Amino acid sequence: MSEAVNAAERESMEFDVVIVGAGPAGLSAAIRLMQQAQDAERELSVCVVEKGSEVGAHILSGAVIEPRALAELFPDWKERGAPLTTAVTEDQIYLLGDATSARRIPNALVPKTMHNQGNYVASLGNLCRWLAEQAEALGVEVFPGFAASEVLYHADGELKGSVKGIATGDMGIGHDGLPKDSYMPGMELHAKVTLFTEGCRGHLGKQLIEKFALDKDADPQHYGLGIKELWDIDPAKHQPGLVLHGSGWPLVGKGQEGTSGGFFLYHADNNQVVVGLIVDLNYSNPWLSPFDEFQRMKHHPLFAQYLEGGKRVSYGARAITKGGFNSLPKMTMPGALLLGCDAGTLNFSKIKGTHTAMKSGIVAAESVFAALDEHDSAGQDITAFTDAFKASWLYDELYRSRNFGPALHKFGTLMGGAFNFVDQNLCGGKIPVTLHDTRADYAQLTPAAQNQKIDYPKPDGKLSFDKLSSVFLSNANHEEDQPSHLQLKDASIPIGTNLPAWAEPAQRFCPAGVYEVVEEASGPRFQINAQNCVHCKTCDIKDPSQNITWVTPEGGGGPTYPNM
Amino acid sequence: MATLIIAEHDNSILKPATLNTVAAAVAIGGDVALLVAGEGCQAVADQAAQVAGVSKVLLADNAAYGHQLAENVAPLVAELAKTAGFDYVLAPATTTGKNLLPRVAALLDVGQLSDIVAVESADTFKRPIYAGNAIATVKSLDAIKVITVRGTAFDPVAAEGGSASVEAVTAVHDAALSRFIGEEVAKSDRPELTSARVIISGGRGMGNGENFALLEKVADKLGAAVGASRAAVDAGFVPNDMQVGQTGKIVAPELYIAVGISGAIQHLAGMKDSKVIVAINKDEEAPIFQVADYGLVADLFEAVPELDSSL
Amino acid sequence: MKIMVTVKRVLDYNVKVRVKADRSDVDLANVKMALNPFCEIAVEEAVRLREAGVATEVIVVSIGPKAVQEQIRTALALGADRGIHIETQSSPESLSVAKLLAKVVADEQPGLVILGKQAIDSDNNQTGQMLAALTGLSQGTFASEVKIEGDEALVTREVDGGLQTLGLKLPAIVTTDLRLNEPRYASLPNIMKAKKKPLEVKTPADLGVELRAHTELLSVEPPAERKGGIKVGSVAELVEKLKNEAKVI
Repeated sequence: MSEAVNAAERESMEFDVVIVGAGPAGLSAAIRLMQQAQDAERELSVCVVEKGSEVGAHILSGAVIEPRALAELFPDWKERGAPLTTAVTEDQIYLLGDATSARRIPNALVPKTMHNQGNYVASLGNLCRWLAEQAEALGVEVFPGFAASEVLYHADGELKGSVKGIATGDMGIGHDGLPKDSYMPGMELHAKVTLFTEGCRGHLGKQLIEKFALDKDADPQHYGLGIKELWDIDPAKHQPGLVLHGSGWPLVGKGQEGTSGGFFLYHADNNQVVVGLIVDLNYSNPWLSPFDEFQRMKHHPLFAQYLEGGKRVSYGARAITKGGFNSLPKMTMPGALLLGCDAGTLNFSKIKGTHTAMKSGIVAAESVFAALDEHDSAGQDITAFTDAFKASWLYDELYRSRNFGPALHKFGTLMGGAFNFVDQNLCGGKIPVTLHDTRADYAQLTPAAQNQKIDYPKPDGKLSFDKLSSVFLSNANHEEDQPSHLQLKDASIPIGTNLPAWAEPAQRFCPAGVYEVVEEASGPRFQINAQNCVHCKTCDIKDPSQNITWVTPEGGGGPTYPNM
Repeated sequence: MATLIIAEHDNSILKPATLNTVAAAVAIGGDVALLVAGEGCQAVADQAAQVAGVSKVLLADNAAYGHQLAENVAPLVAELAKTAGFDYVLAPATTTGKNLLPRVAALLDVGQLSDIVAVESADTFKRPIYAGNAIATVKSLDAIKVITVRGTAFDPVAAEGGSASVEAVTAVHDAALSRFIGEEVAKSDRPELTSARVIISGGRGMGNGENFALLEKVADKLGAAVGASRAAVDAGFVPNDMQVGQTGKIVAPELYIAVGISGAIQHLAGMKDSKVIVAINKDEEAPIFQVADYGLVADLFEAVPELDSSL
Repeated sequence: MKIMVTVKRVLDYNVKVRVKADRSDVDLANVKMALNPFCEIAVEEAVRLREAGVATEVIVVSIGPKAVQEQIRTALALGADRGIHIETQSSPESLSVAKLLAKVVADEQPGLVILGKQAIDSDNNQTGQMLAALTGLSQGTFASEVKIEGDEALVTREVDGGLQTLGLKLPAIVTTDLRLNEPRYASLPNIMKAKKKPLEVKTPADLGVELRAHTELLSVEPPAERKGGIKVGSVAELVEKLKNEAKVI
């Protein structure tokens, strides 16, 4: 498809601030911008575009949420009815030895960051739906169903090279790349400042990091893949506010050398629990399947005691940016800021990214508002944000936990955990060394031939399920007649390179059954079932050849998560 | 108790859907009358009189009812329901019945229960909602119960064996609101997927698009439509409009033959309401066998030609 | 000529419906709601007729709690000119809806009313026909083509086994089938403009309609899961079973 033709046809709209992605960072920024504008009695136009069919449709998180940032945004959040209603009542941490044994870690030995008093079990999707309502009430334009597919740059003059805004994707392009009857060209949204808050591995954020070399002084980013299910359980087994975390089995033992990760099970309200597994994406065995690890994990008595007799309601998966402080790129550039998980503000020592993402949005909104107040012009590199960020509790929090992830990567779950106990509990995160983890996750896979193949049990249809019936519950859908949004730089690599070297791991790391190697008379063929995609971004991260590029499909496509 | 059923016909032949609706009326209980409203439709009335379980046939034979326009037939039915004291008015949930009956219900100032699949009691029925993904049990609070009946949910009564009387109805309602201009019967070489009585579908196991010719041969013999799974469409074997499933067409034929289809839930979502499901697959473990009434573990390239020659 | 279209807020067609644990109804808490697809087709058809110069104004009506205004706004973003929201506590039954709409028809005197043939939640397929009865107007249900010629609407209908074309005296009631058109996407500027289009809120009392229950929902259950049947040993056995046991060939 010719972008030149589209650019000529596209209409444009002007805003003061355009925000890409209606997640916690973007919506918090939008709200804080408007709050300041109202206080200053200043006109400000703020627009949020969101690729999901509604706000929350693509949001997936545990979640135990720390309300600190929310309280800064709305001190009266409780009265306003924010959907944080299930306070954490009890923390339990386990180390699973094998498929049946579990050892509870005494609270005194648990890193402080893992304690959850004052936090809430909640659906981040529902929190975002609520934040969007608050934002709209303040005058923010929120446009779900519109994917920001392209960064626009000023082409000439003084502002040349600075970010000018974004373009939304064309709608109604057929799989052959030609416009259909329903064709509607994308819109250009121009802004003085554009905030990129796409979440982990945002596809525009990735381009900005490269173009502006934002990560040149940072360690490589690290990721995890979180897979989550929502269950209705027997009311007799339900304990609202009970929060379980832990690690160990099934990510230990033969074939799992160098694999790390952790699980969660939270009792929410309405007799529902959420259960999930985060697998760090620096694992080395290409036979590993995070999806199947999660499915077999649920048969462990620790989970089965709650799930048995229950019914699975929803399923989803999303990559997590977990490199933390050491991997954090520069967050400002001319005309734009990169915030939240798009940059990597998640605090992995707490396994929480919501309050930090929100805080990054709040701090950014304050810096942006001040900058626009001073110079009401486009293309500014708002470096004042960096100072404000450094002065905030967010920076302090991330700094203190900078060693948490690297310690686990370097020393493994047990010894890394011990290090983290010492660091977090005895030294308050101020241990005078900084650990680095300098190998990108995709480069960690070792050849298939050198690894133990993992034999996963067949799903029983009660506690464990296959991929396709799982994807079914994510309500994932994409308009069928459109170009694939999972692009191969070189179409010959999956079969030519990845299959012989790593047994084409995309078949296994994708939690939605998008990638298949189909045996045909003429030989193996790589099949991409783009419609199944739940927008987790794992393929973009973990493909050992870095050959898969995730781009935005037609707006509105993807999962439609309820209560996730 | 007495039930009035709107007969489905084309002025010469009584359509089988009527027999399923009579079955639902029999399940409710009481006398069953059939209304044949049309033009030159005496032959239909004669057939209707033979239907087992029918005690009376009302024949409204007039040019005004020739094309069974709802504007003309609805007042006739409403009048009969009121004056002849019917407690139930039923019609098959066909496009004709669906077009007519709500107009009747509104004229009677009562609600309608659409597409019932079970009779629980004289006033309580089951009907699918959300495209069959939930089943509602609904109680009617109206004195006259107006209901359309899903044919596949009730086994038809015998077309013969009855001996009902035929009474002429002379009332003529001609609203002069609409006129029949023409009709185009779907080309008969192969029915549409969504209205076919029999469907034979192929999956990735077909290997390529040319092999779908095997299914077409069987389809020709059975008067069946040919469908496909998403895997077959994605592999480029056949066009997207043949896709049965969650993102394709939702079908509920009397017979669904799945050939070389593994049976992922996304496919099942599009055909699980079929009355009889047949699966032919060489993989004994394929999930399709968990829903198939008749499963044949076999190489489709042997089984399908054999099926073709034995029909 | 004015065209009136009706829209219903329903569970998004991509979202799997789930029955509540107590079987009282389906669970709609925090799930994505959307414009009923058949209603979207109705809006598109009306807007096309206005764009073709056949109609001068498109009025969109919805009934239900305040949230349905979101679907009215969607219809306005797709090109309808103004909205009427009849506010009720819950989503009323078809006959009640038809009675409310009949009052709006009496007030607005549209030349054509276009409705979706059915809502994908209740699957009733009743409201258009009931509205036609209550207003005494002609009806063209399950339309795959609508043309206005003189004082007639020529409506091609999707009927079992083919297509039927009727001439309907105007004003007429038309209900849409899937193939009538492919709705457009709402553009960002149109979504913004839609927020400023007029939207009038009325109550059933304003229209002089008393809502009455005609049915009572006793329970909702998930459909029975299909069970596997038998394995046959040969094609011959399969054919025999289909002929004599299942009686489907």
